[in-house]
Amino acid sequence: MTVVSAARTVRRSRARLVIAVLLLCVLAVAAVSLAVGAYTVSIPDLLATLVGQGGAKNEFIVLRLRLPRMTMAVLAGLAFGLAGALFQSLLGNPLASPDLIGITSGASVSAVFAILVLGLSGFAVSGFAFVGALVVATAIYLLSWRSGIAGYRFVLVGIGIAFMAQAALGYLLTRADVRDAQGALVWMVGSLSGTQWIEVAVAAISIGVLVPAVSLLAPKLRMLQLGDETARGLGVRVDLSRVLLLGVAVALAASATAAVGPIAFVAFVSGPIARRLVPGTSLVPSALIGILLVLTADFASQHLLPGGVQVPVGIITGAIGAPYLLWLLASSRSRTEA
Amino acid sequence: MSRRVLGLILLAVGVVAIILISLAFGTRQIAFDAVVAAILDPDPSNNDHDVVRDLRVPRTIIGLLAGAALAVAGGIMQGLTRNPLADPGLLGVNAGASLFVVLGITFLGVTAASGYIWFAFAGAAAATVLVYAVGSGRRGSPTPVTLTLSGAAVTAVLTSAITLVLLSNLDTLNQYRFWSVGSLVGRDLSAVSVVVPFLGLGLLLAAIVSRMLNVLALGDDVARGLGQNVMLARVLAGIAIVILCGGATAIAGPIVFVGLVVPHIVRRFTGPDYRWILAYSVLLGPILLVLADVVGRLIVQPTELEAGIVVAFLGAPMLIALVRRSRVGAL
Repeated sequence: MTVVSAARTVRRSRARLVIAVLLLCVLAVAAVSLAVGAYTVSIPDLLATLVGQGGAKNEFIVLRLRLPRMTMAVLAGLAFGLAGALFQSLLGNPLASPDLIGITSGASVSAVFAILVLGLSGFAVSGFAFVGALVVATAIYLLSWRSGIAGYRFVLVGIGIAFMAQAALGYLLTRADVRDAQGALVWMVGSLSGTQWIEVAVAAISIGVLVPAVSLLAPKLRMLQLGDETARGLGVRVDLSRVLLLGVAVALAASATAAVGPIAFVAFVSGPIARRLVPGTSLVPSALIGILLVLTADFASQHLLPGGVQVPVGIITGAIGAPYLLWLLASSRSRTEA
Repeated sequence: MSRRVLGLILLAVGVVAIILISLAFGTRQIAFDAVVAAILDPDPSNNDHDVVRDLRVPRTIIGLLAGAALAVAGGIMQGLTRNPLADPGLLGVNAGASLFVVLGITFLGVTAASGYIWFAFAGAAAATVLVYAVGSGRRGSPTPVTLTLSGAAVTAVLTSAITLVLLSNLDTLNQYRFWSVGSLVGRDLSAVSVVVPFLGLGLLLAAIVSRMLNVLALGDDVARGLGQNVMLARVLAGIAIVILCGGATAIAGPIVFVGLVVPHIVRRFTGPDYRWILAYSVLLGPILLVLADVVGRLIVQPTELEAGIVVAFLGAPMLIALVRRSRVGAL
């Protein structure tokens, strides 16, 4: 066995271990978030309820109130985590996450416009958010295209668009009634409260289509990371592959934002945390970390705040995701790692 | 006369022109001779004169001061972090100032701009120190990437805290949303007189650190080899950033983009010498911000658009055009 293949085997077994541990964590947090609350369901009762043997009260609490919310948290975390990791590795820049380059801000402007100006709610707002994200992403792509996409150019153009989106949000918020503005603010933070099964179904369909697309395209991503020249030499159509991958990443971020609002920071931190656990681009660990973050943050937002306060989940992801990233930065050993 | 001096003179002419334009144009149409009369020979019974003296003069002064301070602060930040993306909005300074203002409104009942100043200052300072400390990590010296990431992270934490307060308090949201879009109107000139000495000090410090930034640009090791006290240069630059951003935010609200885009534009004419970059920025910043304010008065008549909103819509296309034309990454 050569040194290279030995190293590869070590990396692969480490990746498997990390994925297994993350999966266990996700299962544990998911179970706790189904069981614990104002009315706590025991684990045997929980299992019985999940297979339809739990009694009317448990079924109502678990299947109607907690399970849709938990499922939505999983879907959103998966989509944000995966989208962030795809952006960061495609553009070779840790700042290239959909929340920093204006894609989620574009979704927010569009949704807040629907809420405040058109007076819409529910699915219509989600639709606007989805379209807003796609429009902004397309604009960034077209504006940063110059015989190819360079990561730095893409990020800078994205930051420019993000500033414009923030200004437009400020404009909409100052022109609205203050109560409506507060409602829009809740959407802008990202919230999972009151999730209905029908919303989960819609999110599950769009994300369920996109995840297989990512796995089909993943080999291309690995070749692109060897550099454009090498990838071309290996027979990859570089620009086409990059557009497809970016398109899928945008659609993932847009679906998640449309479903739950732009939950801060999940897309941004999932990739760096995953890279710290498994070297190289690791899409599966990134997605799992995204799930873990949203699940944990949502649980914390419901049950862990002093005085029984409940806040939208996005407040918590900002508050727990960011210090973690700060710690990563502060403790990273090599200069190139971050 | 060298090209760079000529450019500086042209910019100075531009500043004078933008002052005149700002005094002359607005939602209310006032003949130019009446504007001149309002300045030189005011008549208290003339409404036009009141509009010019009480509304247009203060907002022009605030625009000039805030524009200069933000542009210079952005230039220093870019030099200090060796990061072309550095901007008060990105490095957490605005978020820090905003959080403290929100806390001031909510818990201490602050309402007037003159009351916001100290909160904005303290918040900007706290956020700058935090971002810098985190970005430095164990190694004691931040890289462009770590500094920008730590700015983004700190901004996210502070924004969460701001949103939390806003969600739970309707009155604060009502005050904050108007402050946060960055307007030059309805600000208090007495607040401006408090801030002016600070901005003067900040600009003086900027002049002092500009030469040090040139040396820092060569990298820490070379800078030390040339006898530069790297730590001192960083501390002075940091103080200048805090004073300038904090002061500008105190009088005009959190205005993004001026600090990012102005040094970017002037660098194309001045080259990498920070003495020239900062000298150009101190003139171009006011032009951009006051121009944005004038545009905001004219495009949505009879109402107005806040300068902070206009500057983002003017600045973003400028930045994008710049990014498309230049070899990015090459600072």
